[in-house]
Amino acid sequence: MVDISTTYLGMHLKNPLVASASPLSKNLDTVVDLEKVGISAVVMYSLFEEQIIQESLKLDSDLSRGTYSYAEALDYLPDYGMYSIGPESYIDQLRKIKRTLSIPVIGSLNGISTGGWIDYAQKIEQAGADALELNLYDLATDVNLTSNQLEERHINLVRDIRQKVNIPLAVKLSPFYTALPQFASRLVEAGANGLVLFNRFYQPDFDLEELEVVPNLVLSDSNELRLPLRWIAILYGRVQADFALTSGVHSGNGTLKAMMAGASVAMLASELLKNGIGRIPEILAEIETWMVEHEYESIDQMKGSMSQKSVADPAAFERANYMKVLSSY
Amino acid sequence: MKRPLVTIEGNEATAYVAHKLSEVIAIYPITPSSAMGEYADEWSAGKQENIWGTVPLVIEMQAEGGAAGAVHGALQTGSLTTTFTASQGLLLMIPNMYKIAGELTPAVFHVSARSLAAQALSIFGDHSDVMATRATGFAMLASSSVQEAQDMALIAHAATLEARVPFLHFFDGFRTSHEVNKIEQLTRQDLRAMIDDSLVHAHRSRGLSPDHPVLRGTAQNPDVYFQARETVNPYYQDCPNIVQKYMDKFADLVGRQYKLFEYTGAPDAERVIIIMGSGAETASETALHLADRREKVGVVNVHLYRPFSVKHFLAALPPSVKVIAVLDRTKEPGSAGEPLYQDVVTSINEGLAEGSVPYAQFANRPYPRVIGGRYGLSSKEFTPAMVKGIFDEMLKAEPKNHFTIGIVDDVTHTSLEYDPDFFIEMPETVRCVFWGLGADGTVGANKNSIKIIGEETDNHAQGYFVYDSKKSGSVTISHLRFGPKPIRAPYVIGQANFVACHQFSFLERFDVTKYAAPGAVFLLNSIYGPDEVWDYLPYQTQNSIIEKDLRFYVIDAYDVARQTGMGGRINTIMQTCFFAISGVLPRDQAIASIKDAIKKTYGKRGEAVVKRNFEAVDQTLENLYEVNVPQEASSQISRRPPVPSEAPEFVQNVLGTMISGEGDNLPVSVFPADGTFPTATTQWEKRNITLEIPVWEPDLCIQCGKCCFVCPHAVIREKVYEPAYIEGAPENWQAEDARWREFSDMKYTLAVAPEDCTGCGLCIEVCPAKDKSQVGRKAINMAPQPPIREQEKVKWDYFLNLPEVDRTQFSLRTVKNSQLLQPLFEFSGACAGCGETPYLKLLSQLFGDRIVIANATGCSSIYGGNLPTTPWAKNLAGRGPAWSNSLFEDNAEFGLGMRLTLDKQSEHARELLPQLSGIVGEELVNAILAADQSTEAGILEQRKRVALLKERLNGVDNPLAQNLLSIADVFTRKSVWIVGGDGWAYDIGYGGLDHVLASGRNVNILVLDTEVYSNTGGQASKSTPRAAVAKFAAQGKGMPKKDLGMIAMAYGYIYVAKIAMGASDQQTLNAFLEADAYDGPSLIIAYSHCIAHGYDLRKGLDQQKLAVQSGAWPIYRFNPSLIDEGKNPLLIDSKPPTISLEQYAYNESRYRMLLQSDEQRAEALMKKAKQDVEGRWALYRQMAAMHYDGDENEHPPS
Repeated sequence: MVDISTTYLGMHLKNPLVASASPLSKNLDTVVDLEKVGISAVVMYSLFEEQIIQESLKLDSDLSRGTYSYAEALDYLPDYGMYSIGPESYIDQLRKIKRTLSIPVIGSLNGISTGGWIDYAQKIEQAGADALELNLYDLATDVNLTSNQLEERHINLVRDIRQKVNIPLAVKLSPFYTALPQFASRLVEAGANGLVLFNRFYQPDFDLEELEVVPNLVLSDSNELRLPLRWIAILYGRVQADFALTSGVHSGNGTLKAMMAGASVAMLASELLKNGIGRIPEILAEIETWMVEHEYESIDQMKGSMSQKSVADPAAFERANYMKVLSSY
Repeated sequence: MKRPLVTIEGNEATAYVAHKLSEVIAIYPITPSSAMGEYADEWSAGKQENIWGTVPLVIEMQAEGGAAGAVHGALQTGSLTTTFTASQGLLLMIPNMYKIAGELTPAVFHVSARSLAAQALSIFGDHSDVMATRATGFAMLASSSVQEAQDMALIAHAATLEARVPFLHFFDGFRTSHEVNKIEQLTRQDLRAMIDDSLVHAHRSRGLSPDHPVLRGTAQNPDVYFQARETVNPYYQDCPNIVQKYMDKFADLVGRQYKLFEYTGAPDAERVIIIMGSGAETASETALHLADRREKVGVVNVHLYRPFSVKHFLAALPPSVKVIAVLDRTKEPGSAGEPLYQDVVTSINEGLAEGSVPYAQFANRPYPRVIGGRYGLSSKEFTPAMVKGIFDEMLKAEPKNHFTIGIVDDVTHTSLEYDPDFFIEMPETVRCVFWGLGADGTVGANKNSIKIIGEETDNHAQGYFVYDSKKSGSVTISHLRFGPKPIRAPYVIGQANFVACHQFSFLERFDVTKYAAPGAVFLLNSIYGPDEVWDYLPYQTQNSIIEKDLRFYVIDAYDVARQTGMGGRINTIMQTCFFAISGVLPRDQAIASIKDAIKKTYGKRGEAVVKRNFEAVDQTLENLYEVNVPQEASSQISRRPPVPSEAPEFVQNVLGTMISGEGDNLPVSVFPADGTFPTATTQWEKRNITLEIPVWEPDLCIQCGKCCFVCPHAVIREKVYEPAYIEGAPENWQAEDARWREFSDMKYTLAVAPEDCTGCGLCIEVCPAKDKSQVGRKAINMAPQPPIREQEKVKWDYFLNLPEVDRTQFSLRTVKNSQLLQPLFEFSGACAGCGETPYLKLLSQLFGDRIVIANATGCSSIYGGNLPTTPWAKNLAGRGPAWSNSLFEDNAEFGLGMRLTLDKQSEHARELLPQLSGIVGEELVNAILAADQSTEAGILEQRKRVALLKERLNGVDNPLAQNLLSIADVFTRKSVWIVGGDGWAYDIGYGGLDHVLASGRNVNILVLDTEVYSNTGGQASKSTPRAAVAKFAAQGKGMPKKDLGMIAMAYGYIYVAKIAMGASDQQTLNAFLEADAYDGPSLIIAYSHCIAHGYDLRKGLDQQKLAVQSGAWPIYRFNPSLIDEGKNPLLIDSKPPTISLEQYAYNESRYRMLLQSDEQRAEALMKKAKQDVEGRWALYRQMAAMHYDGDENEHPPS
């Protein structure tokens, strides 16, 4: 019998498979099923402060449009109800999930204002989340914004939230930082307990017929595993945080690689959205079978075993790797 | 007992009582009573209980007649039942009112009294409607104020139970229904104490039940009907005493004592006015004012008008009375006098004759002189000055009888003169007038202000709001009063202490300071600061400021709004200025109260909205400046005339006066006696309501015509013309070679009417031509209007004078070609981005010179026919749509009648013509009778023949010839188009519509389907789709949308098309052409995006496309002509659904609101709505796939 349990953000998890932030957690029944089929923790879908603001402004604009202009129609919509425009519906859903599930539930937050980040983080904590994932989705498009300023803003943000919130904090990052290790270690100094690598940006596409920029949602494939795999392997042991690998986890092998790079958990969503939550027991079985076949006793045993620190050829993760790939053609 | 003081409007005050005292409420929207139904629906949706602890059941019916029927049924089975209505709605209830009264059924109808449609419709207040019901047997109880509306509602509900006579409780539409006033609100205990439950139980026990069966509603014969009709007399005899009993009980309980006839004034009054409704407040206050000055005047306010108690009436009159003036707020043409006048004359006559007058000395005096007069029709102002004018008239030896007051009648000289400068306002009452634009939120902020003052200070407060008749760019004027004493002044402010103008552009259109009293404050929203603003004011405004010694303040509210993310909404900014300057509250307290009101109003819409408003308030005061007013007016700018000098005389003298807001000053003589007005007059009303207009980029344009096709206001047009016209064209004239085979050597220009555009942006959205190097730039783009206005005006005028293209020279069958046709529907007052008007404009382009239109009441009758100006236009030959609105419910029948005339006259003309061949000539007779008018060329040829025919008949001394001459135009093809919204077609007019369709007659019906009653503010119709929120369906409509097209298709011989311009313009065009060509009934159901859907209408066409793609609105054409060819008549023009219903629906707040307020129900309804879509699609597909004999192949949907 192999031990596939792991520890992430101070939480003991029965296995390393965590449902990453996705629409799956919008439905209580689906989350219950996820627990049933063996997921070890759930990250809630992200609470987007910007979306809340937009929803609020849109509703106000729609309810105000044309009002008090014409004597027969002083307004056009029945503005009777109480609207869940703020974070309330998210918090309610979190509370419901938390009440229903026995596995840990991690809140996920994407803010745009310091006040919003802190306010919502506290609300998520009060709703009973076991941990909080801060989703630093921030596309730097301002030509006057320096990388230093951007990083400083993020560090300050983590520090501010850390001061107001007691539950473990993970920071979900994009891969687009020039000096990731240094930035990662500063995040940890500022109070992050874990790092989630990496956030996937949904890149817009061009519609050539209409000449329009259109949103394009593409689910991940297993090739995307390599980027976070590489960076977790580099950071593991150098930055004192738990790591979660997300993007490209579709199989038992992917999960095993994540662990060997140094991740505590592997997060998956695309695979579940594409092939259903029935994949969880299959992946768990793949992990166990591989471990048995290769005589591994526990996840802990393999954790970080192929990190840059641990491998025979650390340069494999660095520039040499690039050279090797090219010369193999 | 301490009761809450609330600042609410009459409709809310009334509905509050009605909801608490009813079990069943059957409603139907009609202005100005709709709000009562909406409140009842809202409260029931919010599970608010009546005094018996149960939530009243509110149901929307298909018409007022239906509501009355449902009320009757509910009453007959023992429910406590009410309804709310007005005007034509009340007329539709009359048949049931006779029944309900005849059966002695306790009930209360609450009516916000409104004008009836006669020479014109009017939504405003008078007693024409309630007076039409005075024979029904209902008791009629009148309220004069917001407080009374509440109190009398309770007295009516209490008295009806004991009297068993049903009650019509009424108050003045708008003046009372929409006035906000501070009142003492009755408590649940008050209501409880007034209602005797044993009477409720008695009512229930009389209800029909198989457990104790009886029969009601017999048919009676000459032997007994008469006697049986007399059985009710004791109930009517007792009723006044019962009402007075409950008035007394109310007084014991609450402290306000009412009388059936309430006298106010000098105890020894010799001149007495008899009046009811809000005018009684004005009259009473004036009488008190004059009595204080030793004038012997008084007023009797009639509360219980039916049953009219002669005894109580005579008792209310002071015995000293010598002259009585009876004022009726209605007109009964041809009568011996208006109703109240006649009742008074009869009462006095009876009282004296029978000796029943209680005052012996009065009985011995000479018979008092009684005169009658009309006032206040359609909310015409009724002021203390007018009351004084009447009292003065009564001093004359021969006072005028059957007079009018408040107008100048220079035709039959009924009007009395009065001094308009007579004011009686209390000096301690502060009076404020605010000019705003509908879109800037002024009225909403003022409603909040009046609530703040009313509820957070000891002041009494009153608010009344005046709107113009436009749905875009409308002007609002708010009248606010507050002060230490109760405000009994139901008329607009004449002399204000504070005047605010929230739009700088109004200065060039209106005399905004005319309301300002000497020494008043004038606050102006201005982009110019305190040091420069003076030079930008019109000369007249400068003069007024100096002459009246006004304190002048400015703020750039739009700048503050921009800085704080408020967009164009300056409401809270201007509100903050008002509180800061007026000093009604200490500044900090005022700001705290404003913020509190913001939180109450917007809080539930999310923190972001509240935050932005707070920021706007916080940044206001540092931007508010007092202006140093120079001693002399120096401006070179003058106020613009309302219409240009080249406008026709009638437009100049009459419509122009109305446009400038001075229509009250027009005398009777200037108006047509029969309600007939010229068309094509919107062209003279240059409203300049947008700051951005489209600008053409000729190098990118592909001349597709789509921008013109979708433009709701016909402000963007194209023409092809001879190159010679380039010479002499104004500077910056733009032209390209025309891209038409037929016009290959001609030039093409796309032009924009800069002063008529509403800036909706639909043209930009639909433009398919993008710059290859910069895709954000299209063939038309929005640009600021002010800098290019003058230049574009010159170009537009030149464009209009270019010759129209010859309609016979090209096919109308393409969208591109169709837009070369002159629109004969232009510059309407519809909402910016309206989804209905593009269809009407297309109709006018295709057939406008030969159509007659029957238009149901609703949005299209308002933007189509509300004065001052009308958008239906004429071509150079003077031809154009002839348009009329009858009613809401009868429009299909009205249109059928028009068809019947054409058919009959056509038949008769064809009978006459051969008989006159000797005069006309055989060849012309045959040519006329055999003419093929299926093409434009054919119609043109026939017009020429008819002209020749008329020429030959003209002057012929032969009765047959003259007979034919009078109807000869009927030989030219004409179409009847019956137009209306879904409220008409699906609900109130459905019975008639069905009958007209079934008749087989050649009429064309266009349903502008917005899926709600748009004109009355978005109430649900049977067209409202499942899962959408609408008024009266606040929890999301639970039932699916009625499939009107499918019902019509079932007849088999009706042309039916369901269209959505944004999804397929070509299919839309095809449908119009086919419908008109089809020799039988046609029905076009047109998707019309609407402001009531809750999104920016600039995206209206995108939403139409999504509606079709999701299957919510499949488009198709069902052409019975194809059956004759052995083909399947149904052609589905849309593809099977390619996107989910949510992708369409959740762009609109009418769907999203439910998701945000009740996610579970939203999801459940959406699931069912998707099933609706799937089921409907499957059914259509099967129908379209059915094999007909002549089909070569089965044809699945394309």
